[in-house]
Order: sequence, then structure tokens, then C-alpha cells
Amino acid sequence: MCGIAGIIYRDGAPHPIGDEMTRMLQSMKHRGPDSTGYALYGAPENGSLVMRYKLADANTPRDFEFEERLRRHRREVETRLERLGARDLDVEEETQYAFRVTFEYDGDLKRLADIVENIPEAEVLSLGRSLEIVKDLGDAETVGGQYGLDSFTGTHAIGHVRMATESEVDISGAHPYWAYPFSDVAVVHNGQLTNYFMWRRRLERSGHRFMSECDSEIIAVYLAEKMSDGDSLEEAMHRSLDELDGVFTYIAVTDDALGVAKDELAAKPLVLYESDNLTAVASEEIAIRQIVDHEIETYDPYEREVLVWQR
Amino acid sequence: MATVGRISYDARGLAEPHAEAPNVATVEDGVATFDAKDLSTRLINLELRRLIYEEGVTQVVVQNPQARHSLGVGILTRCTITFEGSLGYFGCGLIDGPEIRVKGRVGWSSCENMMSGVVVVDSNAGSLTGAAIRGGDLVVKGRVGARTGIDQKGGTIIVGGSAGSMTAFMMQRGHQIILGDVGPGLGDSMYDGTIYVGGKVASLGIDCVPGEWTDADTEFVERKLALYGLGPAPELQKFVCGKVLYNYDSLEPSERKLVI
Repeated sequence: MCGIAGIIYRDGAPHPIGDEMTRMLQSMKHRGPDSTGYALYGAPENGSLVMRYKLADANTPRDFEFEERLRRHRREVETRLERLGARDLDVEEETQYAFRVTFEYDGDLKRLADIVENIPEAEVLSLGRSLEIVKDLGDAETVGGQYGLDSFTGTHAIGHVRMATESEVDISGAHPYWAYPFSDVAVVHNGQLTNYFMWRRRLERSGHRFMSECDSEIIAVYLAEKMSDGDSLEEAMHRSLDELDGVFTYIAVTDDALGVAKDELAAKPLVLYESDNLTAVASEEIAIRQIVDHEIETYDPYEREVLVWQR
Repeated sequence: MATVGRISYDARGLAEPHAEAPNVATVEDGVATFDAKDLSTRLINLELRRLIYEEGVTQVVVQNPQARHSLGVGILTRCTITFEGSLGYFGCGLIDGPEIRVKGRVGWSSCENMMSGVVVVDSNAGSLTGAAIRGGDLVVKGRVGARTGIDQKGGTIIVGGSAGSMTAFMMQRGHQIILGDVGPGLGDSMYDGTIYVGGKVASLGIDCVPGEWTDADTEFVERKLALYGLGPAPELQKFVCGKVLYNYDSLEPSERKLVI
């Protein structure tokens, strides 16, 4: 049992999605107290890339040279980015071990991610022109506060509160998942996939990397691969209903769209609210009510439904 | 939209074992009214119980339920409760006797294990609506999710809109009237009971077969729909159990030994 939530504003103007997502996720804390994650889409900064990466975990043992190692690895990331041709590097230290870096870069994103992740313990959480993934251990207020998300404005966002059933409680196992190596695609998932290993082997053979043992990571990479083969987000999501086994409700986002898909048993919940400007989805209506202060009309999508909204 | 306060309590109501009824209702002409906006799940239920069991009030109006979970559960006496808004999961579960009106939507598993009484929901409902109910009438005027009336053992479920997959899964007794379309696997593995469908059926489940329409069916459907203002009855299809999936010997194995 995990909790998922998504909001998309269709007017394209910036809204306080960081604060709103924190409210939604905090109200569903009982669905998953282990970790909380956000995928937020802000306004692109003059075409530069945003990369979020981490060099350790909140619960990594702090040995005597922990801080020195972090400093060394952080310098190494910056050196490697510069050597690859990244310009105008601007690094922000979000926590002791998680960083946000913006830069100009025209080359191959997969190569860039691979070279950064070659550094021990480094993981690229997200890479894109507007996507930023923030995830850490604890509830939404803890993570939102730690990363200063209250002031984050943007057009759409998804979030996840996790009750770990399949893999470790750490940042790599937390949702949302970035669809390595494709920019601006992320997924949150509630459920279990039963043909995980088949897809993992298949996708690894075509060159994708997996940073966790979590089955949900498959969905992000699966969708990204289908989209790189020419599918639209909606087509890729329809295809996933037949090709992924298990129970799932997932939300996928790209730089301009948000989509939800439900398995053929409709085994996992999702409540949907639509107004003229806002579409909000969540595992429980109580989450939607955190951002809408009046009585609203909501409904549950049916089995095998795929719904996509454009911003 | 930033006027809504942040949630600061356990939405399941589990974190308040020593809570006491807040005593906030006003009673006028025998009708008690209270605003649930700033109360936690547990406090709302305690206030409901205080009014119904201790004060002996028979009509209660709850304002601003705000889609909280587990409201109005376990009420075991005749009374009238009106929720002026939506409920979350498990709303009105385990009830025996009350007449409840929800002026909004209900989430998953509403009215599970209801024994008797009436629940009328003005809008939509989530999945597992009326799970394992044994009696009473459950009326949802909008659409419902999947597995409506799973393990139903009595009573009547009426749906004004459409229903999702596996509706009436493992139904054992009672009636369902669904005026809209129904998803795949209708009446899968049912033991007994009757399902009436007004719209299209995506597919029938295992051992669910079309039934023969009788005058008793017409009388039952017309009476129920008129009662809740959903009539006149449209043309309905009737579905019953084919009785080939299970062994319908009514004796338990130990009882059979005694008979022989």
C-alpha cells in the first residue's frame, strides 16, 4: 500500500505545486511512512538543464571520512561535467548529500548520466529542462521542509508516499523514478509487478541501468523506451496494460503531460477530480481535499483506463 | 486555495486512544447539527455516538465531513444521519439500523458489512461498495468502482450509473439493480442472488447466466426504484447463478456423516 498523487494546471502559468503536493502527500502519510518523493515541473530556465543527484543516503553509516568523501565526490561530479562540455555550472547544496545543479549542455544525456554515475555512490535522480525529482526518507513535511519545496512553483507535479514491500528503504528505492536516460519523464506507482525480472533483463540488454531492486523502476524505463521508439505517452501507457503483469495504478509525467493508468483488475485505488483549470488525482480523496476547499465531484477511473491531460 | 489548513492528525483516527466527545453539537427541534471541519475522525465519530446513544437524538446532521475515512461506522440503532459532503474510505461500515444520506461521494468500501438500514449516496462511490452486506438498502445515484457487492449476503444494492469490473463477485444472496453499464466479469463465482442490469454488460463472469424474468422481478424492481426516486424502471436484464461451479450440498461434511 503506497499513496500516489498528481496535479496538473492547464493554464500553463506557475502555481505553488511544491506546497500543494506536500499537503496532499502529508494527508496520505498513513499509506506510506517510509519515504516521500516529488517530481516537480518548474519553468525552464533559459533552456538550461537541471540535474538532481545524490552522493549518499540519509541512513548511510557516517564513518570517519564520510564528509571528506562527499566533498571529493562532489568535486569529481563538477569536474566531469565541465570536462564533458557543460557550461555555466551552478550547484546548490540541498542537503549534505543531495545536490541540484543547473548547466548548459548540448550533448548526449545518457553519456552524461553514465559518467556522473560512475563515481561511487552517485545517482542521478532526475535530469531535464523542467523536471526535478526530490526524494528522501520521512514524511512529506520532513522532506518538503528539508528541500525547501514550499516555494517551488510550476505547472504539474506527482508525488508518492512509500510503504516498502519489495526493496530497501533508501533514496534509490523511493519513488518517483526518472526514466533514465530520457529527460523530463517520471513515474510513481502503487502496486506490484509480477513480470519484473523479465522486463528488467530485457531492458538491461538494451542498455538501461537500474539503480534499485524496486519493481516500479521498470515502468519509468519501459515508458521511456516505448516513447523513444515513437509512441506517444498515451500509446506507451496503453501498451503497458498488456505487457506489464501484476496490480498497478501509476501516474506518468512528461514535460507537458500527465497520465494515469489502471490495471485490468482495478485493484489499486485512484480518485480523480477535474475542474476547468486543474486536474488532481490521488489514492484517496482526502488528499485532493487538501488543495480544494469546497465540496467537489470526484470519481474512480475503471479497469484498463488510460487518461492523459496536456498542460 | 491556500486557505485549507494542513492536516495535523492521524487520518485513520488511531492516534487518539483517550479522546472524548467534543460536545459541540447544537440541538434544535430534535435535530442535532455539528460542524466536522476542525474535528479529527475519532472526534467526529465520538460526537455522533454521544448524540445517538447518550443524548437519545434520532436525527443528526454532520457538516463538512471533508472526505475523511471511517465516518459513521458501527452505529447499531435506528436514527437518521445526514452527511453534508463526501466521505472517504469505509464510510458507514458495520451499521445496523440507521438511515444515512450522504450528500456527496463515498470512497472505497463504503457500507461494508451493513446489517440493516438505508444508505443513500447522492454522487459516486469507489470500489468494494457494499462489500459483504447482509441486509438493508444501499443506493448510489452516481457510478461505482469495481467489485461492488463483493461477497454480498443479503440486502439490495442500487446503482444509478455504471459499475466497474467484477461486480457482484462471489455474491451469495440479495439483489443488485444497476441501471448503467457493467464492466467485465459480472457475477463471477456467484453462489446465489439476483442482478438486474439496465445498460451493456462487458462480459459475464464464471457461472453467471441470464435468468428468467417473472412478475415478482417486475414488482421488486418497480417498488425499489420508486422508493428512491429512480423510476420509472427501464428495461432490465436479469442475471442469476448457473449453479455448476460449486457443490450445492447444503450439509457440512460432518453433518452428512450423521445423516448417513
